[in-house]
Amino acid sequence: MSYLTPTTLDAALGALSGRDTEAPVSVIAGGTDWFPAQGERAYNGTLLDVTRVEGMRGVSAVGTGWRIGGATTWSDILHADLPPAFDGLKLAAREVGSVQIQNAGTVAGNICNASPAADGVPPLLSLDAEVELTSTRGVRRLVLAEFITGVRKTARAADEIVTALYIPALSAGARGGFTKIGGRKYLVISVAMVGAVLTLSGGRIATARITVGSASPVALRMGDLENALVGADLAEALERVTPERLAALSPISDIRGSAEFRGEAVVEAIRRTLTQIMKGQAHG
Amino acid sequence: MDKAAATHLTGFTLNNAPVQVEARVGERLSQALRDRLGAKDVKIGCNAGDCGACTVLVDGAPVCACLMPVQQAAGRSVETLAGLAKADPDALRLKESFQHHQAAQCGICTPGMMVSAVALLRAVPEPDVAQVQDALGGVLCRCTGYRKIIDAVVGAHAADTLQESTQELGAPARRFDGLAKVEGRDLFGDDVAPDGALVVRVIRSPYPHARFTFGDLGSFEARPDVVAVLTATDVKGLNAFGVIPGFIDQPVFAVDTVLFRGEAVACVVGEADAMLAFDPADFPVIWEPLDALMTVPEALQGGAPLVHADRPGNIMCGGFVACGDADAALAGADVVVDGFYETSFVEHAYIEPEAGWAEVVDGRLHVQACTQATGMDRETLAQVLGMDRADIRILPTAVGGGFGSKIDVSVQPFLALAALKTGKPVRMCYTRVESMQSTTKRHPARIDIRVGAKADGTLTGLTFHGDFNTGSYASWGPTVANRVPVHASGPYFIRNYRAQSRAVHTHCPPSGAFRGFGVPQSAIAQETAFDVLADKLGMDPLEFRLKNALHDGQPTVCGQVFEQGVGIQACLEALKPAYDQAKQACATFNAENADVKRGVGIAGGWYGCGNTSLPNPSTIKAGLRADGTLVLHQGAMDIGQGSNTVIVQIFARAFGVPVADITVLGADTDITPDAGKTSASRQTFVSGNAARLAGQALRAQVLQQANASDTAEITLNGGHLHVVDADLAHAVDLSRLEADAEGYVLKAVETYDPPIAPLDENGQGIPYAQFGYAAHLCVAEIDLKLGRITPVSFTAAHDVGRAINPLLVEGQVQGGIAQGLGMALMEEFIPGRTENLHDYLIPTIGDVPPIETLILEIEDAHGPYGAKGLGEHVLIPTAPAIFNAVYDATKVRLMHAPATPARVRAALKEAGYV
Repeated sequence: MSYLTPTTLDAALGALSGRDTEAPVSVIAGGTDWFPAQGERAYNGTLLDVTRVEGMRGVSAVGTGWRIGGATTWSDILHADLPPAFDGLKLAAREVGSVQIQNAGTVAGNICNASPAADGVPPLLSLDAEVELTSTRGVRRLVLAEFITGVRKTARAADEIVTALYIPALSAGARGGFTKIGGRKYLVISVAMVGAVLTLSGGRIATARITVGSASPVALRMGDLENALVGADLAEALERVTPERLAALSPISDIRGSAEFRGEAVVEAIRRTLTQIMKGQAHG
Repeated sequence: MDKAAATHLTGFTLNNAPVQVEARVGERLSQALRDRLGAKDVKIGCNAGDCGACTVLVDGAPVCACLMPVQQAAGRSVETLAGLAKADPDALRLKESFQHHQAAQCGICTPGMMVSAVALLRAVPEPDVAQVQDALGGVLCRCTGYRKIIDAVVGAHAADTLQESTQELGAPARRFDGLAKVEGRDLFGDDVAPDGALVVRVIRSPYPHARFTFGDLGSFEARPDVVAVLTATDVKGLNAFGVIPGFIDQPVFAVDTVLFRGEAVACVVGEADAMLAFDPADFPVIWEPLDALMTVPEALQGGAPLVHADRPGNIMCGGFVACGDADAALAGADVVVDGFYETSFVEHAYIEPEAGWAEVVDGRLHVQACTQATGMDRETLAQVLGMDRADIRILPTAVGGGFGSKIDVSVQPFLALAALKTGKPVRMCYTRVESMQSTTKRHPARIDIRVGAKADGTLTGLTFHGDFNTGSYASWGPTVANRVPVHASGPYFIRNYRAQSRAVHTHCPPSGAFRGFGVPQSAIAQETAFDVLADKLGMDPLEFRLKNALHDGQPTVCGQVFEQGVGIQACLEALKPAYDQAKQACATFNAENADVKRGVGIAGGWYGCGNTSLPNPSTIKAGLRADGTLVLHQGAMDIGQGSNTVIVQIFARAFGVPVADITVLGADTDITPDAGKTSASRQTFVSGNAARLAGQALRAQVLQQANASDTAEITLNGGHLHVVDADLAHAVDLSRLEADAEGYVLKAVETYDPPIAPLDENGQGIPYAQFGYAAHLCVAEIDLKLGRITPVSFTAAHDVGRAINPLLVEGQVQGGIAQGLGMALMEEFIPGRTENLHDYLIPTIGDVPPIETLILEIEDAHGPYGAKGLGEHVLIPTAPAIFNAVYDATKVRLMHAPATPARVRAALKEAGYV
């Protein structure tokens, strides 16, 4: 039982490797999901705090793309100077819990928690984010869709740390958008949400990446819709958002809304996100 | 691994001073601050990041201290309200501004709000409303409705220009207990236990209905981490508590069957560290789950098992009021509207969970906890413990919100039993989940209403049947059943009326008192049915209400006639300018928008102050010491509403000196006479009257000493009492008078009990000595595609008889509207599913729109200086005003609260909206 605050990656990885038979080691960063999951009881294991590992925090341009360090907080995202393709991620950052949560919670923690309602996942999927996993065994990269494997399930092995997310090169004109539908203004778990990145050409959609969250066990890219949107102006695009093109979703009924309502809300959220990006207008 | 070594000692800077703690691995920063460093100004509301009460600054950034391991703070700077309030320039401005605007009511969220605001002001010295909302969006408040907090933060930069009001009756005086709240010094239920107190944990049922048996309690109690175990066999008195004679039915510990999820079966007592590590699953209890009745229809079905064997049909009790011939009147009406309405469980969601501590002192039991009802706590404990009331002292803490639920006992019996069994100081604080599982709720209602009118708009008749899900035990269910039929007419003149209510048992948590005792539910049905009726008549809803508003001299549905003080017409008329303006603005808006529509809704309301046709006394004591100290013994519980201020203002007026001359003691059952419970909007009215009488009586004694007339002026100056009568000054030498055992040379103890009379079998009689009146106007926006309702503004007209303190009136109005908004749009407690503050939603700072309060003073015949009660009146018209705004905009009638987006969207589709 100890609290580990390594400052080097090697030390952090060493703490996780070969620990199978000892007391559990839990990786903690912002703690905003860890504590609620832990509950009220005293924790009886070792905590590996990755927030002081050198190089783990911050957003930087890497080659033609971008790197988001594994301990980067949502507030860091909000304050980073990023191109318009990240506008959806920034809008999502503002919707993660509250300022208090955004100041502590991390982007990597959000994907590791793997909630179907994780605010960060739809915009990250729309940015084609990749996840860098590091262990003493080496480094590997997975696309985000392969990293999150189910409700609260990821491909992370027990000895791995999510050291970074990578956003591949983006077209110069790419613009992002995000819409979250929830039962109140702040501190709310979404009923449905949409992250999108579009490139436009002469007022028409050239490429589209549309991701829907909270309407399936893992947020999903809407491939059929993305294809159908190519070439559309705004009016046409809105018409092309049809339930048939969203058939991959499996919205459920829960305390936040019925399946029927979720399905409708998704359609509307996509339309508003498209409008937000194409008209430069923000709709809640 | 240099810095990756195990960390036991954590050093950081707390409010600019270096500190070190030896904490557990992964100990929450909030716990380390409170328990190891004494920073009780950091409040715990949820331990899950849902409420923000524990907000602190870490290296200047606001974070939830409950979500940060203390080890993560190593080497960093941590700032809390208590530190900031001493010298931080932004915090100093906020202190002034928060008090000036009454941004702190109960004060439990105030540290979180102010710390968040300091961070904002450091970055943005003069923020606008939206910036304040974004910055404070992570902190929940259940009292204020947030608008005063926004005003305080927006205005903080100009705090040094604020003019402090005088304190006399009628002035918008700052709360007299406000400074401690804005400096983080106010002490709540979990802030007062001595270090080293044992901790009490409750073993609760995971099932709504189950039989159970204990395993080997003896060996469990012998575990090294367990000091004591308590079960029903430890209850020496009556293993039952309740609030209404004849309905004392809830066991402290269930004996062999539990009737709701969260019901207590045992307690475990141990050292604090051991209890934090304790897993309740280790407790030896074997459950046998049984079928549960979770809804009223299930409970009423023929052959349904009985929740209580002695309550046939699962009906606990009912209420009935009838006058005239309602059926004949409806049959003869030109227009009739009927409807079936449903509402949901609503959770009080005060930010302070139930907490307190107890110890045995010289053979007497002391219990210090958050409560709304010190006298009732003492009576309950005397009965449960089989002790004399005189041997029990209830010393309440500051109360971090109550709204009705803290009238019932929660932690008190457990603490008392544990203190008596162990002989040691014991403490406990409910977790948020426990608080939500096990304490009372607002009753879900199922209401059938039928209302008719003549073609000219005159109301002719109304019938009402309401079934209320009263849950597993009685609590205040009988009160809800009695109150609703008295109020279900609304404040209108109806001579043919029949209203019936039933309290129906289920295996849900006990439904109890919650601001309005069932009236907010019935008002939804009645006030929205009125709008449909007005629509059918082709009448404007406001004109329709004005036509039917009750007047002085007209009988209520109970046959009660008020010769003065019926203020509903004045309230409705006061809304007229805002109404005309809003109608026009909505028409313009709707002409320009297709997918969003705006509407204007009006609703009225009334509420009888005090117990329904039952005695309801308050007693206030005051005395003068030989040294000239004027002491007021004030036992009315201030749960944020402001009785610590209002009662003193009234007493000061009655005695005839400034507030500053008065030393206030209490509440404490050892020294304050019983001022009754803080409920039923009765403290200003009933305890206020007792304070008035005590002030007048003591004044009369002083004047008699000086042989002065009634109009004489009393001055207290440095221990010298002077009476000036017709320019003649008399010095009264108090030291020559003999002091009594309490040290008073002059003393007055006065009781006020409102004049009421029993109701007959038709509910005819005098249920209340006074009613207060209200009318709300809401402009709401409806997103037709998403079904989302967004209130845009409220105008709230309230007849308070006499505004003892207009600032506190506004605070009650705004806070009540926020709760009404939550009930209307988002709040739905589902046992087993929404037992936390992220699944159960209450409004945030971004959900409550601007509120304009119109204070009307239609003097009451009985209230102190004409004052009427206010607390509960406020949320009665709110939900129906919102629903009526939706009806105005869309012609869609909302009949199910909360009107969540999913429900509204379904209703819109049914009405033909695509």
